[in-house]
Amino acid sequence: MGISKTALGLALLLAGVAGSRAASAADSEVVIGDIDDLSGTYSDVMGAGGQEAIKMAIADFGGTVLGRKISLLVTDHQNKPDIGASKFREWVDQSGLSMLIGGSNSGVNIAMAKVAGAKKVPFFAVGAAGSSLTNEDCTAYTVHYVYDTTALANGTAATMIKNGGKTWFYLTADYAFGTQLQNAASKVVEANGGKNLGAVRVPLGASDFSSFLLQAQGSGASVLGLANAGGDFSNSLKSAIEFGITKTMKPAALLAFITNIHSLGLETAQGLYLTTGWYWDLNDKTRAFAKRYFAKMNAEPSMDQAGAYSATMTYLTAVKAAGTTDADKVMVELKKAKINDMFATGGYIRADGVMVHDMYVMQVKTPQESKYPWDYYKVVKVMSGEEAFGPITGLCSIAPK
Amino acid sequence: MTEIFGVPVAVILGQLMLGLVNGAFYAMLSLGLAVIFGMMGVVNFAHGAFYALGSFAALLGLQFLGVNYWMGLVLAPLAVGLLGMIIERLLLRHLYRVDPLYGLLLTFGVALIVEGGLQERFGSSGQSYPVPAALAGAVNLGFMILPKYRAWVIVASVTVCFGTWFLIERTRLGATLRAARENGPLLQAFGVNVPLLLTLTYGGGIALAALAGVLAAPVILVTPQMGSSLVTVVFAVVVIGGMGSILGAIVSGLGLGVIEGFTKVIYPEASNIVVYVVMALVLILRPAGLFGKE
Repeated sequence: MGISKTALGLALLLAGVAGSRAASAADSEVVIGDIDDLSGTYSDVMGAGGQEAIKMAIADFGGTVLGRKISLLVTDHQNKPDIGASKFREWVDQSGLSMLIGGSNSGVNIAMAKVAGAKKVPFFAVGAAGSSLTNEDCTAYTVHYVYDTTALANGTAATMIKNGGKTWFYLTADYAFGTQLQNAASKVVEANGGKNLGAVRVPLGASDFSSFLLQAQGSGASVLGLANAGGDFSNSLKSAIEFGITKTMKPAALLAFITNIHSLGLETAQGLYLTTGWYWDLNDKTRAFAKRYFAKMNAEPSMDQAGAYSATMTYLTAVKAAGTTDADKVMVELKKAKINDMFATGGYIRADGVMVHDMYVMQVKTPQESKYPWDYYKVVKVMSGEEAFGPITGLCSIAPK
Repeated sequence: MTEIFGVPVAVILGQLMLGLVNGAFYAMLSLGLAVIFGMMGVVNFAHGAFYALGSFAALLGLQFLGVNYWMGLVLAPLAVGLLGMIIERLLLRHLYRVDPLYGLLLTFGVALIVEGGLQERFGSSGQSYPVPAALAGAVNLGFMILPKYRAWVIVASVTVCFGTWFLIERTRLGATLRAARENGPLLQAFGVNVPLLLTLTYGGGIALAALAGVLAAPVILVTPQMGSSLVTVVFAVVVIGGMGSILGAIVSGLGLGVIEGFTKVIYPEASNIVVYVVMALVLILRPAGLFGKE
């Protein structure tokens, strides 16, 4: 009892201190927020590296915009939508937040998008995959920046079918992201003359995938569609190889990050097809950014981390052009902007909030093909933004077909 | 192909086998928990963290010291068990006199620190541990392809489980341990060093967790969180077997692995909750657990 009272008192005191500091800062600073999984399974995909990328962008922009200092707030959403949404609300109300960057986890990002719409604050979803962010769950202030489930499916599924993988069975993570990804892939498979033979819905964070994999093998399908991410993706691929499933089925990574390939190793991951919004070794611009990033984080940046840098730059440029941090005026500038930087060439933000840019279908190199550290991908196909993200669906109320 | 309730026999046999593999891990982990609870009355929430630490110890040994899998199987549990003993001596020891809840809180804190530390150092996406060459490849059992390594896991785990059971239930050392639990001060009066016995017991329980970690390393990605999802399942296994019952932990560990395996075929979405459903049923029908004495 005594302990909890002291703790409560301390918490209140700290909250009070934080609140008063923030209120005075709001007028003189432009506050950017980053809400992400900083301690859980997705924390390598963006996490501390994403934070560093945002800081690099702020420094590269000069540290100030419109004569006001740019500051950064960061918090861990612990993969819980309620934490993400309430922290976002708190920052807007008490800290004068101008813009939010959303890290990993579609579920949390959907919850935060609702806050962005209600509070009228620009929101860049960087780490989320779910394309509902620019469809059913769209707002006038959401920008979906790096990739989405539609683009992933258009890339990987279409390529697999072209290479002869006509029949599909899915291992699907049993939550919003997994089902959205499976649905998107299923549509592409059918549209290209393939067949969906079934799916098994696997609880998030399962400790063993072998049972599910035997079911997939039993279906007789030629492609194993992995509609999962992070540790689930890595462990299911590892087991598929161990049980000899990959001798009869080709695995398709519907979402894999370079961090996953790095942890699996090329011996396991070689030959895998995947779709990415960015790769560090594409051209001189990407390599230059990656080199600076590597010096700080001792790893090559993922597409999310590079996207976080680019999104911050894009936002600050729009603020400068608008001459204000007023959300509506900044959104007008954002939707006019052409994005040409280390992340995208000729990228633009569509009415529904999709940042349309090239996407890359990649194949993971064999250990023999890989010549230097992090030399993991070869480009199979460059998809134009229009091909990758498809036309506006009409599901978003502010963006008619 | 013959079928039972519309499911081919081959599928049933395959899932039975996989269930046993997973059950082997549950059995080893719940065994360590049951030993620590049964002998010391400590609810060891740090068990999953020590399981992860066992994996990391093997991995780092391989990467930096050239310790191969077989040596890792011995050295990693020893090293992690030693760490467990240090924690018992420095921290846990002071809590025996107070409510067991404090031991739970302490070990929960230890788990957070260990997992947080690993994450800070190694990141969250994990690393791969290669399958030892002698156990690479698979055998065709006719109804399924069984990787040799998984077969080894069953053999190793069952051996360790019944070895531990024998040690505690059938030897003089085990009798002394159980006596320490029944009446420590009296045993101490007979000249037995009870505090040392408790330190060794905790170290032994932790070493079992670490051993399970080494066995798991070649099968799944080695990550700081690999134990955190497992530890709650394993607690349920211990409750089902009967808190502190060694045999109960082993039998219910293997049994629940099999039940979970079949759930993965019949209704996959429920495979992560079936263990808790069984736990609820057992608590209603036999509150002391299947093998509990009280």
